[in-house]
Amino acid sequence: MRRYFGRKLLLYGLTFFVAVTINWMIPRFMPGDPVSTMLARRTVNDPAAYEQMRVYYSDLFGLDKPIWEQYLNFWGSLLQGDFGISVWAFPTPVGSVILSALPYTLALVIPAVLLSWVVGNWFGAFAARRKLLDSAVLPVGYLLTAMPYMWLAALLAWVLGVVTGWFPFAGGYSFSRTPELTWPFIQDLIMHWVLPFLSLFLVALGGWAIGMRNMIIYELDSDYSNYLGALGAPNRLIRRYAFRNAMLPQITGLALQLGVIVAGAVVTEIVFAYPGLGLTILRAIQNLDFFLLQGVFLFIVVGVLIANFVIDVVYLLVDPRTRIGVA
Amino acid sequence: MTALQEITTREAESASGPSRDWLHFAVRNKKLVIGTLIILLFLCIGVFGPLLARSGSAYDFVGPRMEPPSSEFWFGTTLFGQDIFAQFVYGVRNAFMVGLFGGGVAAIVGMVVGFLAGYRGGWVDEVLSMITNVVLVLPSLAVLIVVNAYLGIRSIPAQALFIGLTMWPWAARAIRAQTFSLRSRDFVDLARLSGSGTGRIIAREIAPNMSSYLVMMFILMFGGAILTAASLDFIGLGPTEGVSLGLMLQHASVNSALPLGLWWWFVPPGAAITALVGAMYVANVGLDEVFNPKLREM
Amino acid sequence: MTLKVDDLRVYYRTLRGEVKALDGVSFTLADGEIMGLAGESGCGKSTLGKSLIRLDQRMKHVGGSVELDGQVLPIADDRRMNAHRFFEVSLIPQYSMSALNPTRKIGRMIEELLRSRGAPFDRKELERRLHLVGLSTDVLDRYPIELSGGMKQRTVMVISTLLDPSLLIADEVTSALDVSSQRAVAQTLLEFRDRHLVKSMIVVTHDLSLVYQIADTIMVMYAGKLAEKAPAKTIVNAPRHPYTQALINSLPEVGVRYSERRLQGIPGSPPSLLNPPKGCRFRDRCPLAFDKCETEPPFTEIAQGHSVACWKAI
Repeated sequence: MRRYFGRKLLLYGLTFFVAVTINWMIPRFMPGDPVSTMLARRTVNDPAAYEQMRVYYSDLFGLDKPIWEQYLNFWGSLLQGDFGISVWAFPTPVGSVILSALPYTLALVIPAVLLSWVVGNWFGAFAARRKLLDSAVLPVGYLLTAMPYMWLAALLAWVLGVVTGWFPFAGGYSFSRTPELTWPFIQDLIMHWVLPFLSLFLVALGGWAIGMRNMIIYELDSDYSNYLGALGAPNRLIRRYAFRNAMLPQITGLALQLGVIVAGAVVTEIVFAYPGLGLTILRAIQNLDFFLLQGVFLFIVVGVLIANFVIDVVYLLVDPRTRIGVA
Repeated sequence: MTALQEITTREAESASGPSRDWLHFAVRNKKLVIGTLIILLFLCIGVFGPLLARSGSAYDFVGPRMEPPSSEFWFGTTLFGQDIFAQFVYGVRNAFMVGLFGGGVAAIVGMVVGFLAGYRGGWVDEVLSMITNVVLVLPSLAVLIVVNAYLGIRSIPAQALFIGLTMWPWAARAIRAQTFSLRSRDFVDLARLSGSGTGRIIAREIAPNMSSYLVMMFILMFGGAILTAASLDFIGLGPTEGVSLGLMLQHASVNSALPLGLWWWFVPPGAAITALVGAMYVANVGLDEVFNPKLREM
Repeated sequence: MTLKVDDLRVYYRTLRGEVKALDGVSFTLADGEIMGLAGESGCGKSTLGKSLIRLDQRMKHVGGSVELDGQVLPIADDRRMNAHRFFEVSLIPQYSMSALNPTRKIGRMIEELLRSRGAPFDRKELERRLHLVGLSTDVLDRYPIELSGGMKQRTVMVISTLLDPSLLIADEVTSALDVSSQRAVAQTLLEFRDRHLVKSMIVVTHDLSLVYQIADTIMVMYAGKLAEKAPAKTIVNAPRHPYTQALINSLPEVGVRYSERRLQGIPGSPPSLLNPPKGCRFRDRCPLAFDKCETEPPFTEIAQGHSVACWKAI
């Protein structure tokens, strides 16, 4: 067990290191001098702000210093929680911009991921059981997984938002409201949450259903299923075992899919102008706010690593083989 | 060691060779046939479509604005009077480019890493597996966003290259596992004893024995590359020079095509991606059933 | 008489047509008899073993009947056959190493299995039988992955025989084990019979020398048909079928197993079972073949308990 976690933590530590290094390196590959390029590309009307940003950037990149010192400084400010200052939301620090967007993304992604996983597995298990259902679940599942997230999102926005007018389809809450802890506001929040949640949920659902179906079929053909069958065990028991064992790769699959889910969340938020990290990315790109972009990148990486770790712990709890330390 | 396996292998050797067997199942597998037909349909659109489209750039303002599909403009026109059919056919063509190139890069890197790690084992495997896992854990779209935002991506091949470079770990992992199970087989031992080098053994003994697997791997990455490219395009980090289905979606979305009722601008590119990628997934399941007798329905 | 198999035909459905893996097999098994079932890979011995308990999806019962303790076994009817499985016919599979659900503790799995079959779960008896095969009761609180190969093998043997079946089919049970474990497994099978936990047994194997140590009789199959059945001693010392003779001769000495796919001593290979030739199926490889072999030799009893299908022996 210690070995299991040791390896995992080493992997995550290494990944974080690589991510930070990429973050540091990429601007230095940018053709020309990053500071002037960045400043030239945008129009800052306020000369004071311009000057402040120039000094700030030059200092932060510290291009006159030796390369290793630049690298160490980068780590230093990062560890102090200093991600720089946002250009788009000047002079808010990048960290605060991200922290205010984060709850929206989490509220969207966590329920969508968990529910699509549970419901998808459930559908898949049923599909493997009945031929008729199988021939329905399979094509629908493939159709859903093959859909670009933003396309489904925009179609939902159009049908359930524009045409029927059932749900609002832009923003995290109505323009007319100010965030407060009152029932009408929470209601408004939830109404705005429904469509982005639904599109994330639906696309992910297809993948899980197909995965579960295929895994169960595989498990039903395994040696232990055949042995139980030869001893006349009822299908009920065999299927129960198969379902449980098929869940395990689905949990691993959840960890592997995190990157895809993040990608889906980003584009979905953009479609619905949902004020999470995805929309922040779009704003950063549109405003050439590289610090903000890099900050979001690191936040996403850390989020994915934490999620991976949680999944590892869950896996440990459900698979006796990891607990014993053999697998 | 069931009787059937013995008998059928013997049969195959003596009679006609195993290739006919595979073809027999392939043409009878509904999923494979339907999937392949859809892929071929789009391939035709991508190859021959541009011949039917108006000459010049797909972004030229050739017609009236916001024209619904008509005999002159098969897919209608955009808010600015661009021919959507022209954009569509070039977009399909470029989707194949991205898939082929991105999937190809991923397949090549994945094969090199997977074969080496699986065949050599030991510390080579440790190091390569660690690298593979690191790249796998990193959320690829986030990496691509940072890279594309800083460096700026101009052409479709460049976009495909970067996509391929984030996708290879999927292939590497799977190929490593397969190689691992193959490397201790008799025929590999025999090759090793007869003095073949690593590269030769991998190319001559191991790769051919998992060729079906490699094909399926490539198909999946082909589809994955198209989806990733579409997401990047949609965020606004697509190739600045070129037409793609993702860029069409972006333009349509930015210009409120759906709220304005211009469904013919927004629906076709998304539907094409869904159909093409979905067909690849379905064909892949079909292939799996063809190559893996256990999954065949008898 | 425990088992009576009459003209049993089981074919495999394949693309190219039906593979006649079991093509008219008749024999009987006495109460308390341990019969070794031998032959090359693909001769139909595994098919015979499976046919008696559970046909797989590709197998088709074409004809013939199986009677166990005077009762007809509905081998072609998967549902009705269920009533007989485990209680009357049981199996020790060749995949014992992976026959246990990897994510259930063994004790719980056994309990769930018994409950699902409507059989009482008698923990005392279970523990007694584990001791019999030299396992401690801790096994019940372990997951399969915590056991060694030999322990898994013994656990499966205990599970399979828990309901005292009349007929036990042991399918290549020793092929995954080392030599000393093989001996132990063979001895355990013998003990099961001697303690009347199992009435009679068919031990499917390609390892003649091992089965010789425990079997009362040995039956040899070739290309989907029976070649010879006789007391173990007779098969080894005075075989009458040329194929059995070749099989015995190809054993360098007792104790060494032959595991090659094709026998070294006999040139040629078995005929295709898609379209088997008329007459004796061993004809093309047989050193003694003559004109008469173009008609099929009947499986005839030539001495008490010794039957052969060869014109030269009759």
